[in-house]
Amino acid sequence: MSKATRSVFGETIAKLGETDPDIVVLDADLAKSTMSCTFAKAHPDRFFEMGIQEANMIGVAAGMANMGKKPFICSFSCFVTGRFDQIRLSLAYSNANVCIVGSHAGVGIGEDGYSQQGLEDIAVMRSLPNMMVIQPADEAECASALEYLVKHHKGPSFIRTTRQKLMDVHAPGFQFVPGKSDMLRDGHDLAIFATGGTVQGAIEAHDALKARGISARVVNVASLKPFDSEAVVKAVIECRGHIVTAEDHQIIGGLGSAAAEAIAESGHGALLHRIGLNTFGESGTPAELYRHFGLDGEGITRSILAWLGK
Amino acid sequence: MAENRSQRIEELKHLAQGFRIDIIDMLEKAGSGHPGGSLSAIDLITALYFQEMRIDPKNPQNPARDRFVLSKGHAVPAQYAALAGAGYFDKAELSTLRRLGGLQGHPVCTATPGIEACTGSLGQGLSIAQGMAMAAKADNRDIRVYCIIGDGEMEEGQIWEAALSCAKYKLDNLVCILDWNKAQIDGYCEDVMPLLPIAEKWAAFNWNVIQIDGNDMGQILDAFDQARSCKGKPTFILANTVKGKGVSFMENQVGWHGKAPSKEEAEKAIAELR
Repeated sequence: MSKATRSVFGETIAKLGETDPDIVVLDADLAKSTMSCTFAKAHPDRFFEMGIQEANMIGVAAGMANMGKKPFICSFSCFVTGRFDQIRLSLAYSNANVCIVGSHAGVGIGEDGYSQQGLEDIAVMRSLPNMMVIQPADEAECASALEYLVKHHKGPSFIRTTRQKLMDVHAPGFQFVPGKSDMLRDGHDLAIFATGGTVQGAIEAHDALKARGISARVVNVASLKPFDSEAVVKAVIECRGHIVTAEDHQIIGGLGSAAAEAIAESGHGALLHRIGLNTFGESGTPAELYRHFGLDGEGITRSILAWLGK
Repeated sequence: MAENRSQRIEELKHLAQGFRIDIIDMLEKAGSGHPGGSLSAIDLITALYFQEMRIDPKNPQNPARDRFVLSKGHAVPAQYAALAGAGYFDKAELSTLRRLGGLQGHPVCTATPGIEACTGSLGQGLSIAQGMAMAAKADNRDIRVYCIIGDGEMEEGQIWEAALSCAKYKLDNLVCILDWNKAQIDGYCEDVMPLLPIAEKWAAFNWNVIQIDGNDMGQILDAFDQARSCKGKPTFILANTVKGKGVSFMENQVGWHGKAPSKEEAEKAIAELR
């Protein structure tokens, strides 16, 4: 089964809204794309159409949080996280209980091209104190992460959702735990850390590498901040010091950087290979773009083999 | 009744004058900060905390409190003076302004009781006030929300996003007050980025616009009364103020936007204010 995490967001937040009257959802004229429209239909009195005013929407959410609401603010990830100053001061510094829902992560959105592709969002959100950063890999994880945010988290958070469908990699009922990654395939020659749209490709790479006698661990990282540094260090020790990261995001500031920081601070020697973008996105079908940027199973496999000199 | 009112106005004026002395004193001790915009706004801030708003200094998180957001965060010495005067914290803390571990140079809601929002990057406070007013309306809570913005701040695009949006949501529980002191860091506003006509702009954005002398306590109280009686629209008070008000050598001087007085200057200013 597969589902876009933006759709999972819409369905889950509408459901959570049935039992939590403090949940409010705001959108900046993209409700049918972020899928906040599902909540709007279920709870019209708690949905606020804020128009194409992302900066104002961020401040309004901070004010609502001051009044005891639990706002979820939605837009394309690049647009909302582009209002960094507002997020920095009105949400992060204020420790406002607001969740930023950034949809349309990465080149996976396809044809619209770079201007609509959230490719630096993890990097900027990860730099902010107080900010929790989450990218779920599939339906079960997305639903669980949202439930966690509503029921157990108080403070600013950023959840990154995809336009494209993501294959299920977790069983129904999977529990998201902040600061914890989860191993999807074990291996001992190298470890691939993946997040969101690249998790499926990492699993395919595991299979392809296995056929060539290479045993690759695959670790899914939904909690980008807090980051599971321990899992990276463990992989360094158990997987011959070969670490790969794969993300539909710039390799600077995202998962690749988080892994590099964890390794560098661990005192263990390791080789790190970062797969992702180090350039702007483009137009194309999602599948074409994943192939072009080496983010699909074949691309990740090819990149790893070249890195290993095989 | 009229006599009570004029007596109350005199009390508030006296309070504001005392806060002016606190402002000069704390800025001199801090060695940096913004006297001009603190002195222009202090009459408005005094009226809010000591007359207009329902506050609970001993329980600053009281959910039923009215909300005030100082969007022009650099004027926070004025707010600190009023908060200490109202009993949110001990007045002795004023001397910690801008010191490590002391009162922050701009408002921080997680650090100081009575501060509702982190501000200081201009343009953000009105949006936050809007969210407060929307949440109050959504639950039919009788809470009023006040926000002071600066004139230089009005150059920020986000102010106009909020201006459009507050009108859409008919936030008659929200009052935006412009501290129109006419100067900003690089010069007079009309030279840096002309704002005129101001009242017409806000009226065109569907706000209830009231124009007053923002350093006249009686006019300030009247404006808040008028704002309460307006239904279906947010209120914009165009408060004509004097930058550096009350200290002759600071009045209308761009140079006193962001410069602390020396010990001698502070003594001279305080002698004038007493």
